[in-house]
Amino acid sequence: MSHEHSADLTEHLGHHDHAHDHDEHEESFVSKYIFSMDHKMISRQFLITAIVMAVIAMTMSIIFRMQLAWPGEKFAFINAVLGDKWGKDGILDPNMYLALVTIHGTIMVFFVLTGGLSGTFANLLIPYQVGARDMASGFLNMLSYWFFFLSSVIMLGSLFIEDGPASGGWTIYPPLSALPEAMPGSKLGMTLWLISMTLFVVSSLLGGINYIVTIINLRTKGMKMTRMPLTMWAMLITAILGVLSFPVLVSCVVLLICDRSLGTSFYLSDIYIGGRPLDNVGGSPILFEHLFWFLGHPEVYIVLLPALGITSEIISTNSRKPIFGYRAMIGSMLAIGFLSFIVWGHHMFLTGMNPFLGSVFVFTTLLIAIPSAVKAFNYITTLWKGNIQYTPAMLFSIGLVSSFVTGGVTGIILADSTLDINVHDTYFVVAHFHIVMGLSAIFGMFAGVYHWFPKMFLRMMNKKLGYLHFWVTFICAYGVFFPMHFLGLAGVPRRYYTNSAFPMFDNLVDINEIVTVFAIIAALGQVIFIFNFFYSIFRGEKSPQNPWNSNTLEWTTPMANIHGNWPGPLPVVHRWAYDYSKPGSPNDFIPQTVPLVEGEQDGGGGH
Amino acid sequence: MKLLILIGLVLLIIAVHQLMRVVELSRQFKKGNEWSVKDSDNSFNGKAMLLFGFAFIAFFFWQANRWNDNLLPAASSLHGVKVDTLWDYNMYIIVTVFVLTNAVLFYFAYKYRGTKETKATFLAHDNRLEMIWTIVPAVVLAFIIIFGLKYWNEITDRSNDPNKITIELYAKQFDWTARYAGFDKTLGSTDYRQIDGGNVVGMDTLDPAGNDDIIVKNEFHIPVNKEIEFKMRSRDVIHSAYMPHFRAQMNCVPGMVTEFKFTPSKTTAEMRKDPYVIQLMKGINEVREKRGEEPVEFDYILLCNKICGASHYNMQMTIIVESEKDYKDWLLTQPRFKKRVVSK
Repeated sequence: MSHEHSADLTEHLGHHDHAHDHDEHEESFVSKYIFSMDHKMISRQFLITAIVMAVIAMTMSIIFRMQLAWPGEKFAFINAVLGDKWGKDGILDPNMYLALVTIHGTIMVFFVLTGGLSGTFANLLIPYQVGARDMASGFLNMLSYWFFFLSSVIMLGSLFIEDGPASGGWTIYPPLSALPEAMPGSKLGMTLWLISMTLFVVSSLLGGINYIVTIINLRTKGMKMTRMPLTMWAMLITAILGVLSFPVLVSCVVLLICDRSLGTSFYLSDIYIGGRPLDNVGGSPILFEHLFWFLGHPEVYIVLLPALGITSEIISTNSRKPIFGYRAMIGSMLAIGFLSFIVWGHHMFLTGMNPFLGSVFVFTTLLIAIPSAVKAFNYITTLWKGNIQYTPAMLFSIGLVSSFVTGGVTGIILADSTLDINVHDTYFVVAHFHIVMGLSAIFGMFAGVYHWFPKMFLRMMNKKLGYLHFWVTFICAYGVFFPMHFLGLAGVPRRYYTNSAFPMFDNLVDINEIVTVFAIIAALGQVIFIFNFFYSIFRGEKSPQNPWNSNTLEWTTPMANIHGNWPGPLPVVHRWAYDYSKPGSPNDFIPQTVPLVEGEQDGGGGH
Repeated sequence: MKLLILIGLVLLIIAVHQLMRVVELSRQFKKGNEWSVKDSDNSFNGKAMLLFGFAFIAFFFWQANRWNDNLLPAASSLHGVKVDTLWDYNMYIIVTVFVLTNAVLFYFAYKYRGTKETKATFLAHDNRLEMIWTIVPAVVLAFIIIFGLKYWNEITDRSNDPNKITIELYAKQFDWTARYAGFDKTLGSTDYRQIDGGNVVGMDTLDPAGNDDIIVKNEFHIPVNKEIEFKMRSRDVIHSAYMPHFRAQMNCVPGMVTEFKFTPSKTTAEMRKDPYVIQLMKGINEVREKRGEEPVEFDYILLCNKICGASHYNMQMTIIVESEKDYKDWLLTQPRFKKRVVSK
């Protein structure tokens, strides 16, 4: 089906709204705010759910950071949050420590940076930026949110059960996660984790299939693939990765559920626990690790690519320059997406997997550094000779480029199996993935919120508070994660309740204190954002139609959240999205809807 | 107390609310809007970016300098020396990339901060530049990959040293056990169904090869300059045998036997006389003294490095590296499996 034809189709579908500009049948509260099928409302639902989840996961990290910096100290705060069972006398219980680490990781990776980031910005931007009335299927889109919501509720619910939530690490390696005798968190808590994650995958697949179909089929007239903003390319590749890899997580989870409940032996063999030998023979935890990381590694890029897409857009707009190397940016995202499927074994160099297999994964993993380098250098070249406008979104985007490089280079160490031997599962790894994946993705998410807030809520966020939020967050983020490299180089393993059981770590207490102090300041700094966000929803200044003088289609829609996005016919696209400061043009931006003038070349060519 | 906090909170909320009113009212008298970016904003943030760039790189070197003496000592194994060399070369590369890229990024962020007058240069792409930063990383990575894999193959190759010593490391929640082959140089076979209080590692009591095996807890000894081949097993969940001083690590996986081999190159006694280790231990003992804890001497250690449950953080075993003679003497004083079972 040609895209022109399909554009006509949506045109037809959307015609209803156009004809009845001020629709008589007022929508009910339920259909407008709760079971909405409108991509803009669903996007806001994802965002606000993700913010709630992020605050919870961040509070968890503060609790375990306090324990790590001052083990054995009594904190009224810990007792107040966790109660007498898990925080007796204000001291964190070791099982609860592991539970907090586990749920912090799960929430941040899946609920905030996958569901939250893709759910918010894919939903908001895809129909807007390709020029469609809505997602291909509004109903599936609504289901996607409500599965996400249900899954969030179950994950949070697991925090309140008697034995505590899942606590085997966010990677839930069996047998630890399979055997209730192994730890209290592997009882009901683990069951709820598995149910929650299965629902999450359903949500992710419903969303992903919708994103792909919308981008492929519902592009407006003139929106060739090679004219799409990089956000769209990022969302497309992300959705494809998700659709191909998340089902593997489900199979992985289903086999684990069988082992837990039906007495099968997919992952279990030769185990003696709880004072008796188990009957299970023939299974292997290595199988689980392969299945888990077959999702787990693409997942890293599912988290990262949307953030990279968002910042490509923001850096270009606010440098008032075209993104440097548009096609190279697409090519490198495709390369990263492809390679992300054949590198999972680098998480398993030391599992007993055949060392030769490890060699293959060393090779494929290090290849990813090439497209990543291309992306980083292209960002920097986009800044070169730009006219940088420091919106809060631009600050966070530059923050992303820095963290992407800073965290990326240590990946070269970890991908090298020889060097991985001594830093595997130490704080060096914790530092690496928090900077390259955690910080980059969350900076991308903040950038997106500041940049598209006017499209979501029709008002502006406060700029000065945005600046304050950025600088506190940026400084503290490095303050938290950079020193962790040195803990790793001293051999400190991750997921230790305290480092005080080993005298060899006694001289590292000051590092842990520095990390925790920065973490607490960073957490307090997020109050600025949350205040700014919710305050601006209701009381922020009214936004004009195109506050950032941007070229993409979403800024051609009226400042009202109407069904069908454009009151009249769908816009027609004549050029790529990056004609900023083009010679010969009076303005420093030319929206995509402006026709090419005689002799003008599209896609960054001259006259 | 709780009432006071509550009152304080309420007052705080009222104060913030009033402050917001003031800001909102005063905004009406100002020209323009709050949100649009002014030249002064660009100037402030651009300069702040430059300042941050300097501070960030300075922070990096400060940390490297301050904590350089708190890190692991140089490797105490033959292959570990190679790992350290490779590590150093990789570090030179990535630190250079890290510093230069961040420096350029923050410098550009400062240099090209926008003003009303300037116009950006329209530059969409440049094939030559893009080729450079595709090919240069590719060449550098080729070297990294080649050297990395060369060492990896050497480290993970099957041991063919006829004089090697085979030791089994057996993990369970939450401690380690080491098992040595006896006079017959063969580890007895195992059967997890035979585990009980007197047979912690699950020796197959029908296999005579196990009768002279030596099973030790808390600490195990190895001779210097001899290849040690470790066979790792686990009783319950995945553990990881991490011996950071030797640059050695391998997971212990229930249902299978994993392997790692290395040749220790420095005895525990030699390490205790090493100048770096002396100052390292001095720093550690200073902290311990402040806390009122006994001073400690350097020891090699085996840690668990895969999350395994509540006491994961305290699953350890001391490793003593000594001369071959001392090692043999120590081994002779250890009870053998058969005797243990009989004496039970």
